[in-house]
Amino acid sequence: MDATDQKRLLREMLFARRFEERCAEAYHERQIGGFLHLYPGEEACAIGVLEKARTGYDYVVTGYRDHIHALKSGMDPKALMAELFGKEAGCSKGRGGSMHLFDPDVHFMGGYALVGGPFPLAAGFAKAIQLRGGQEISICFLGDGANNQGTFHETMNMASLWKLPVLFICENNLYGIGTAIERSTVEINQYKRVAPYGIEAAQCDGQDIDIVMSHAEKAVNYVREQRKPYFLELMTYRLRGHSMSDSGAYRSKEEVEEWAQRDPIGIYKRRLVEAGVVTEEEFHAMDKSIQDEIENEVVRYAMECPEPRVEDVARYVYTEGGNNHG
Amino acid sequence: MAELMYWQGILRAHDEEMARDPLVFAMGEDIGVAGGTYKATSGLFAKYGEHRVVDTPISENSYTGIGVGAAMVGARPIVEIMSVNFAWLAMDQLMNNAAKIHYMSGGRIRCPFVMRVPGGTAHQLGAQHSARMEKVFMGISGLRVVTPATPRDAYGLLKSAVRSDDPVVIIEHESMYNLKGEVPDEEFFTPLEGVEIMRPGKDVSIFAYNISVHWALDAAQKLASEYGIDAEVIDLRALKPLDRAGIAASVRKTHRAIIVEEDEAPVGVGSEVMAIINEECFFDLDAAPVRVHALDVPIPYNHRLEKAAIPNAGDVVAAVKKMFGR
Ligand SMILES: Cc1ncc(C[n+]2csc(CCOP(=O)(O)OP(=O)(O)O)c2C)c(N)n1
Ligand SMILES: [Mg+2]
Repeated sequence: MDATDQKRLLREMLFARRFEERCAEAYHERQIGGFLHLYPGEEACAIGVLEKARTGYDYVVTGYRDHIHALKSGMDPKALMAELFGKEAGCSKGRGGSMHLFDPDVHFMGGYALVGGPFPLAAGFAKAIQLRGGQEISICFLGDGANNQGTFHETMNMASLWKLPVLFICENNLYGIGTAIERSTVEINQYKRVAPYGIEAAQCDGQDIDIVMSHAEKAVNYVREQRKPYFLELMTYRLRGHSMSDSGAYRSKEEVEEWAQRDPIGIYKRRLVEAGVVTEEEFHAMDKSIQDEIENEVVRYAMECPEPRVEDVARYVYTEGGNNHG
Repeated sequence: MAELMYWQGILRAHDEEMARDPLVFAMGEDIGVAGGTYKATSGLFAKYGEHRVVDTPISENSYTGIGVGAAMVGARPIVEIMSVNFAWLAMDQLMNNAAKIHYMSGGRIRCPFVMRVPGGTAHQLGAQHSARMEKVFMGISGLRVVTPATPRDAYGLLKSAVRSDDPVVIIEHESMYNLKGEVPDEEFFTPLEGVEIMRPGKDVSIFAYNISVHWALDAAQKLASEYGIDAEVIDLRALKPLDRAGIAASVRKTHRAIIVEEDEAPVGVGSEVMAIINEECFFDLDAAPVRVHALDVPIPYNHRLEKAAIPNAGDVVAAVKKMFGR
């Protein structure tokens, strides 16, 4: 990977962080409502994995912590922020919200609130790819907690049985809301849980984007070439609460501090500075330009664009012509 | 015009649609090699192969979700659930995903998903094989729900459902697969909306769907020959969305309404039709509408108790007589 790409990746991670920090502000100002789940500390996971996939071509699906997966899949940040503001120009026309981002134009297939719900959907995309004889793969990002749902086991079984081209990415951040993984799960190494289904799997650090990318590259190539599932577990940590209303009482300050030392942006920045790819000054300039872009282009757009018309509240319940026959 | 059995109508619709479009595929337990519990997919496995006639493991929620995912990216799944009782396990994928994706994506993702389920009570199958779930499905925004009463509609509704871009649940009936009836030789499509007048009449409207249409027709014959009451029998057929105008039109003509359902009364088809009559044409009524329905009990095994729990044509006759003070 050359210096230009390295700088771009650093910028993407920093953009993700600043974008979500701005979301949190807008939430406190009540411009964003509902539930808001942020991804700080986990950026190297979505960005590292999707760097090695063919975004816009491969299908991507995830849960409710979906902003950065959507951005890296190619969603316009303005459409994302407009969605959070509930606007008609939002990626889901203001009908979805933070947990239900969609952009089928770039094959970003959502944004789902039910823990474990996307497992079968991801296998379904792969089933359709298989029927069409396509070369795309399906990529499903979910948390460690999702692996205790029946859909996890049912889907692993069918994906393996039918040789469906799905890459399962487990973002293991050690908690499902306030319950630590060892208090909910017997086998805490998630990648071991797919072995009985005959699925190849690996576990790696999710904080160092270079490590994520090297594992993701292998995983993506495996699924694309072998046309069967693969499971990659990324060890990570969220630096904020589960959602905006989280007290955080279930984690010690020391633990959070320890993981903050392994902030993926910090790790990558230090590496690039040491290698002479960026200077401190360049990094600060990058940060400033990101914050300016977010404020002047993204947030301004989201604020100024119109809300959906109330007359349209029942639009999209059915497709137009859904009663069509013949 | 050929006489076909109900299951043969379903089979013919599958075969025609699968021959036409390579992205139409069927999934379900025992539908392939075994040919389907009610033969409705017999012979298709040999003709279309294991990728398009998929024998699934017993994982209702996740294979439903795989169908939904495949539908979201352009395939046209026909998912059979072996018995409607088992559809409870698939409710998560059906309600949370299939029914809502089009709306919550602001119309950007379509879900042309079809679920077929045998419903109703057969004989002495016990409480866990005798659920009638129309009321559950018809309460979910975004779904279409249809209930064929004849071989013609078993064929024509499946044809329309496969072509529709909306998710459609087709509730068949365990006791009707061998029912015979005329089905036109040429291709045709039963609309997914609207009632059908099965027998025109002027004295009372009897609203029914699925198997209760046959009870209503038997009752109407008896009412005409023995009591000189000319009943109009309406097959509701599409339970979601219900045809408010069609229901009101019949009541405006006859001024009386009876609703016949195989299900328990609470929160059911009958209550919904009554509410519509109330809202649309209350002042056209000459008598308070009446529901004929199952007892509010888990269906018992014992033959006499089971019979007592489920309504029949005699109950419809009795209800009409009572309404007319005979
Ligand atoms: C079916 C279901 N049950 C419970 C919840 C409430 N809930 C939302 S997120 C969550 C924790 C999920 O943890 P994990 O899968 O590890 O993802 P993370 O939030 O850590 O990224 C729970 C219990 C839900 N949304 N859906
Ligand atoms: Mg977690």
